[in-house]
Amino acid sequence: MLKLPIYLDNNATTPLDPRVLEAMMPYLTEVFGNAASRNHPFGWAAEEGVDYAREQIAALINCDPKEIIFTSGATESDNLGIKGVFEMYSQKGNHIITTTTEHKAVLDTCKHIEKLGGRVTYLPVNSEGLISLAELEAAMTPETILVTIMYGNNETGTIQPIREIAAIAHRHGALFMTDGTQAVGKIPVDVIADGIDLMAFTAHKMYGPKGVGALYVRRKNPRVKVTAQMDGGGHERGMRSGTLNVPGIVGLGKACELARLEMAADTERLSKMRDRLEKELLTLEESYVNGSREHRLPHVANISFKYVEGEGLMMGVKDLAVSSGSACTSASLEPSYVLKALGLSDDLAHSSLRFGLSRFTTDEQIDYAIGHVKEAVTKLREMSPLWEMFKEGIDLDKIEWAEH
Amino acid sequence: MAYSDKVIDHYSNPRNVGTLDKSKKNVGTGLVGAPECGDVMRLQIEVDEATNTITDAKFKTFGCGSAIASSSLATEWLKGKTVDEALAIDNMEIVEELALPPVKIHCSVLAEDAIKSAINDYRVKNGLAVLEEVKSHH
Repeated sequence: MLKLPIYLDNNATTPLDPRVLEAMMPYLTEVFGNAASRNHPFGWAAEEGVDYAREQIAALINCDPKEIIFTSGATESDNLGIKGVFEMYSQKGNHIITTTTEHKAVLDTCKHIEKLGGRVTYLPVNSEGLISLAELEAAMTPETILVTIMYGNNETGTIQPIREIAAIAHRHGALFMTDGTQAVGKIPVDVIADGIDLMAFTAHKMYGPKGVGALYVRRKNPRVKVTAQMDGGGHERGMRSGTLNVPGIVGLGKACELARLEMAADTERLSKMRDRLEKELLTLEESYVNGSREHRLPHVANISFKYVEGEGLMMGVKDLAVSSGSACTSASLEPSYVLKALGLSDDLAHSSLRFGLSRFTTDEQIDYAIGHVKEAVTKLREMSPLWEMFKEGIDLDKIEWAEH
Repeated sequence: MAYSDKVIDHYSNPRNVGTLDKSKKNVGTGLVGAPECGDVMRLQIEVDEATNTITDAKFKTFGCGSAIASSSLATEWLKGKTVDEALAIDNMEIVEELALPPVKIHCSVLAEDAIKSAINDYRVKNGLAVLEEVKSHH
């Protein structure tokens, strides 16, 4: 029997892989030492676990184990990377370039930078969610110290042209940082080949535990430094104080190792499943894929169903745990700013569903999801006056709707 | 958000979904809300002119579960009522019946607007004066 509801919100968080839990268990029990305790075997054992995790992580993203700074997650890593560079390189300049479709951890940090007197350029994206390299090039100034652009988008899965972006940043003497939260562990990310100087990522988007993440900080060509944002014991080469979350770090390490070994197989299976889901749902009239279909993470599909209201749709797909493009917590709906940035109208942004598949998603679950969504959309359209008008050939844009 | 059992019931088994022939003189149509606000309700009534009684009511709603439930409930209440009785329906009665939370009160307001708008349409078609908006909601 299929267990309901079906979890398809893996861009929000993934379940813990049992193999990751198994790796963590000893560090939650007998190996409890503080990795910073240099004077006894309890500390040494913990440190050994942390060092091994660094190697597992380094192998996934092709960096040196010493270049990994452990944090509490991607939000902290984004904060540390951006604020840390802004402070450290203040002599050189105060300009940062990012995009309008970044995660709030980046956007709100950039807003903070602006309050501190920094200047931030928010590059727009096209209808596929991609930035224009020419616009990036034009935005670069001698004061630009950092370009921070996400690898893969959390809502649409759109993958930015990372290597080209890094090359432009470097040509103008700026550092390149990327929020790799959704990409690391899902697609090959190689900090050397990609030209990444700093990268934020987290365990719980790749079958690891919550509460642990990392900031990759390049040590060579160039040697990058960030100003610590917390004062304390000077852990993590002075960039992030605080007793290391040893079980979490061990879990992140194991999750990275599994991702490295299973990425190819996972990608093939998940992209097939995702494509099938998408193809089936697109058989519904007036349904549209949001974001780039060519440059996209393999496990994500974001689809809008026109003439269906978002919250009603969410209620109709109650057997699925998915996200919608509308945050309706009050009388005034707030459509997703990411979808808006792609040029979607409010109603199309509201009526979108984001499907995020995982290593644990089955074909049977996808079959059910297809039927369930089709049924809900069809039923709601039969109930929708807008659908009826559309079918009658009435141009909805020409109707004078009551002021709300 | 947690929905009340009654909202879920109306959402899952909406009453009186459909369309009445708006070209008929005794059919009144109300279309309220706007797509960009996330709610559009169309509510129609068919009136027996001799008795001034609503003999049929249909709705179609683009909106959240509470909006669908509010309009579904409204059509249930309208049937059998006289036009004057229908005019007296207050949005707070809908709020109470469906146990709508404060953030969803606007759905009941929209349903009340739809009723009044449908009645006005019927009145205009039959040479009667448009009733002043009883409440100004927006």
